Amino acid sequence: MEDTIVAISTPPGTGGIGIIRISGEKSFDIASRIFRGAKDFKDIKTHTINYGRIVDPANNETLDEVLVSKMKKPASFTREDVVEINCHGGIVVLRKILGLIVKEGARIAEAGEFTKRAFLNGRIDLSQAEAVIDLINSKTDAGSKAALDQLEGKLSKKLKEVREKLIELIAHIEVTVDYPEHDIEEITGDMVYESLKPIRNLIFNISNTFENGRMIREGLNVVIVGRPNVGKSSLLNELSGKNKAIVTDIPGTTRDIIEEYININGIPIRLIDTAGIRETEDVVERIGVERAKKAVDEADLILVMIDADTGIINEDIEIFNNVRNKRNIVILNKIDISSNEKIKEIEDYFKDFNLIKVSIKTGSGIDKIEEELTRLFNKGNLRLNDEVILTNIRHKNMIDKCMESIDNAISAYEGGMPLDMITIDIKDAAYYLGQITGESVNEQVLNEIFKRFCIGK
Amino acid sequence: MDYEAGYYDIVVVGAGHAGCEAALASARLGCKTVLFAINLDSIANMPCNPSIGGTAKGHLVREIDALGGEMGKNTDKTFIQSKMLNSAKGPAVFSLRTQVDRRRYQIEMKHTLEKQDNLDIKQAEIVDLLSDFGENGKKRIIGVKTHTGAIFRCKAVVLTTGTYLKARIIIGDVSYNGGPDGMFPANKLSDSLKELGLEIFRFKTGTPARLNRRSIDFSKMTEQPGDERIVPFSFENDNIEKEQVSCWLTYTNKETHRIIKENLHRSPLYSGDIKGIGPRYCPSIEDKVVRFADKESHQVFVEPMGLDTEEMYLQGMSSSLPEDVQIKMVRSLPGLENASIMRSAYAIEYDCINATQLNLTLEAKEVEGLYSAGQINGSSGYEEAAAQGLIAGINAALSVLGKEPIIIDRSEGYIGVLIDDLVTKGTKEPYRMMTSRSEYRLLLRQDNADFRLTPIGYKIGLISDERYNKFKEKWDKINKEIERIEKKVIPPSEKVNSFLERMNSTPIKSGAKLSDLLRRPELNYESLSEIDEREEDLSFAVKEQVEISIKYEGYIKRQLMQVEQFKKLENRKLDKDINYLEIDGLRLEARQKLNSIKPDSIGQASRITGVSPADISVLLVYMEQRNRDKRSNDKDE
Repeated sequence: MEDTIVAISTPPGTGGIGIIRISGEKSFDIASRIFRGAKDFKDIKTHTINYGRIVDPANNETLDEVLVSKMKKPASFTREDVVEINCHGGIVVLRKILGLIVKEGARIAEAGEFTKRAFLNGRIDLSQAEAVIDLINSKTDAGSKAALDQLEGKLSKKLKEVREKLIELIAHIEVTVDYPEHDIEEITGDMVYESLKPIRNLIFNISNTFENGRMIREGLNVVIVGRPNVGKSSLLNELSGKNKAIVTDIPGTTRDIIEEYININGIPIRLIDTAGIRETEDVVERIGVERAKKAVDEADLILVMIDADTGIINEDIEIFNNVRNKRNIVILNKIDISSNEKIKEIEDYFKDFNLIKVSIKTGSGIDKIEEELTRLFNKGNLRLNDEVILTNIRHKNMIDKCMESIDNAISAYEGGMPLDMITIDIKDAAYYLGQITGESVNEQVLNEIFKRFCIGK
Repeated sequence: MDYEAGYYDIVVVGAGHAGCEAALASARLGCKTVLFAINLDSIANMPCNPSIGGTAKGHLVREIDALGGEMGKNTDKTFIQSKMLNSAKGPAVFSLRTQVDRRRYQIEMKHTLEKQDNLDIKQAEIVDLLSDFGENGKKRIIGVKTHTGAIFRCKAVVLTTGTYLKARIIIGDVSYNGGPDGMFPANKLSDSLKELGLEIFRFKTGTPARLNRRSIDFSKMTEQPGDERIVPFSFENDNIEKEQVSCWLTYTNKETHRIIKENLHRSPLYSGDIKGIGPRYCPSIEDKVVRFADKESHQVFVEPMGLDTEEMYLQGMSSSLPEDVQIKMVRSLPGLENASIMRSAYAIEYDCINATQLNLTLEAKEVEGLYSAGQINGSSGYEEAAAQGLIAGINAALSVLGKEPIIIDRSEGYIGVLIDDLVTKGTKEPYRMMTSRSEYRLLLRQDNADFRLTPIGYKIGLISDERYNKFKEKWDKINKEIERIEKKVIPPSEKVNSFLERMNSTPIKSGAKLSDLLRRPELNYESLSEIDEREEDLSFAVKEQVEISIKYEGYIKRQLMQVEQFKKLENRKLDKDINYLEIDGLRLEARQKLNSIKPDSIGQASRITGVSPADISVLLVYMEQRNRDKRSNDKDE
């Protein structure tokens, strides 16, 4: 209950500055480990604002220049030790710092939790209590729905797969332990060890997909498609050159896909340039095409580039048909060297679609693309929900804890520990996954035992 | 004709394993107590398997003993085979299991009851519970009435009616009103409970046939002897030596399964004649054959019922098939071709109460002075019953004495897990204890039950000064020895390294802490004596604690930290007069569940099915609001 909580306390998409708030017993400890300023954090006076850097102690990498305030209990909003970090680097950096703080031992706060603590610790008055309850409830209804939405699809499927395997394994251990004299196949340490390895692989893969995909994904996935030489790379360079690229440490995954992280009006965007999607016999090229297809599948928005000078050719139509059912904007490039008739013809063809005319060479129309992206985002059509980010981090946290537990179980076995000790870690692993899926371990294990094993007098 | 027959502080109804513990605890705490049984020759009967202990159940017996109960001592006096199960799977799941001489167990227990001061034993069926309304407007118990019209006034009743309430026996297509082992059922008491407003469930269980030993050919079976080293159940007994008898193992086969399948239509379970809910972990043989159709054979253990009888129990063959089918079925097993059945297998249906109507003290929420324990609460098993009986008896007595009740929590014992599960979550089938039900299995070991519970037993008054001093001495020794081992450094020497090599352990180059060596899986306390000079030869119990504490220190510490978190929530108490229906912000299901369970603490509330973490948050906010209201009201006054 009195653990340390952390959250980004500014709404996303509102510009480059954001505040991270930490509250609880460990806040000062955590801050001392990650803050480098003129003074050590522990020597900073309470209720002062201090300039410094946030550094990941694991690799001494600086994440951001920040202003940090320290508020010693009870003179703080929650009446606990509170640290507030003002960051400047935008949502990507905010999330990185948040992740670091979680790694250092804090837990992501639930909706309304700071207010709740403030109330429970006698900080705010009665009239606000109802608002707190509303907050908590909005979390149950909207928040848990968001979490559930997220669990639909591949991630959920994979999680279920792992959890089922874990429950099966625990049931087998428990039945061995609770029904020692029944002629069921007794599970041995070796068998547990052998079953744990594939489970660990599954978990590792899930954790990894997060690394490459949704978990670490720092914003909207915008993919540029189009046949060769329509100006895809130029658009990418134009947008990323003009807007500060935020993250450069994630390299392009192949020579066929180039990606940049940019920030347009505070909206974090992962911009991907693909090699184009078409049928090909060439093996090397086909791999690139496969990757491009995947990028398109995962995209939140697709920019389809058409050469206004050449006009629409079959290849353009083929490419467009691949993405016409996804959210897209048609970018008509090279309008400076094309004719009005040609442009009119193309505009007619795409009359039911969102089309922007640009010339990357002269720079005209680029601001329209930026405006349109901002409009779509703010309208909520392309939304980067804060709940979703938080839940994501929480999920990843749980998954990492699950993996850690499995590793503990494996090393317990290797260290010669008996079955009952190894079980503690395996049960923990299932418990952490249950924290994502909302299921209880014990009931499921019992059901599994009675379903699978013939036991009794 | 009704007549006033006298006064007792506490009346215990039923003299099974729960009733015996309840009556003894109450009398030993100084309350004038009476114990009723329909038939005094059925006191402490084992109508099913002649066995005490087993996984998790053995833990319960050790805990009962650590608190000052009788089951462990009585078992030590009368067991005929003892085994430590799971000895290869780690100390958390070591489980003691004994075969017991059924008749001698009954006679010993009956005699113990008879010799107990403050305790009367009477043969009678209780047909009515007398109640009125107390000063607080709540129903309360004031007496009981027997079938012969005797009215006994009392302050509290402990109901330990086992499977007797409206009991019905079913053997195939035959069924009749009857209690276990040929006893009369108790047909009237359930109605009295209903009148008091208690919700009644109907549960079902069953037992296999008993055979005459002389008709069995053991040469076709596998012998199952007891352990060489006997671990007593009671912490009062240091060691026990006695001759043991064996059990025997045989298997069902295709022929058995054919007989069963051909006669399934005559089974009341499949014809729908049995409506009670049976336990999943205790399926009948016909159930096993149907549900696990691909299994070609099932184990059957043949267990002796005692030393002065030829009766043998057939574990694994519980059934409600008709008698003629049972005979064919039993005789299809190797070694049982000529079996002579002495008692047929039967299923039994009985009334029990919805245990969520009880507090953690086992007192009914709506009826003051009404306690219940054992199968009437929806549990199954002698040990589960005895554990509840002990707690109900203690709390009934403490209440009469005007003292605070005791509640064992989930981190202190399986007894706590058992009672918390029953009254917080309720049960839809007869509830059996299993080690997997405990969150803190590593801490709730059978070997340290005294450490966990004897101080509580002493405080209650069920543990004598003498025993308590002995207990403290033992734990002083354990702590001293742990300290010595933690401090001692073993220097590298030829002797030490040749010992380590012999044990397949890595030799040491510089001084090693003895405790680190003990943590190596290939070494143990016993073997280390070769390189560790010891002043005193410690008892087995002491050595065992030392070894477990050091070897598994990391795990134990982790579970202790989890317990600390758990205790924080348990210590946030909830008043009983909260009307949850009125708390805005709670979901409807949570309001109803909370209002019917009326949990003691936030921790208990969080374990109620249908109460979400968000509801708990709302509850915390509500509690703070309520406390502030109270404080400001106090100021005004």
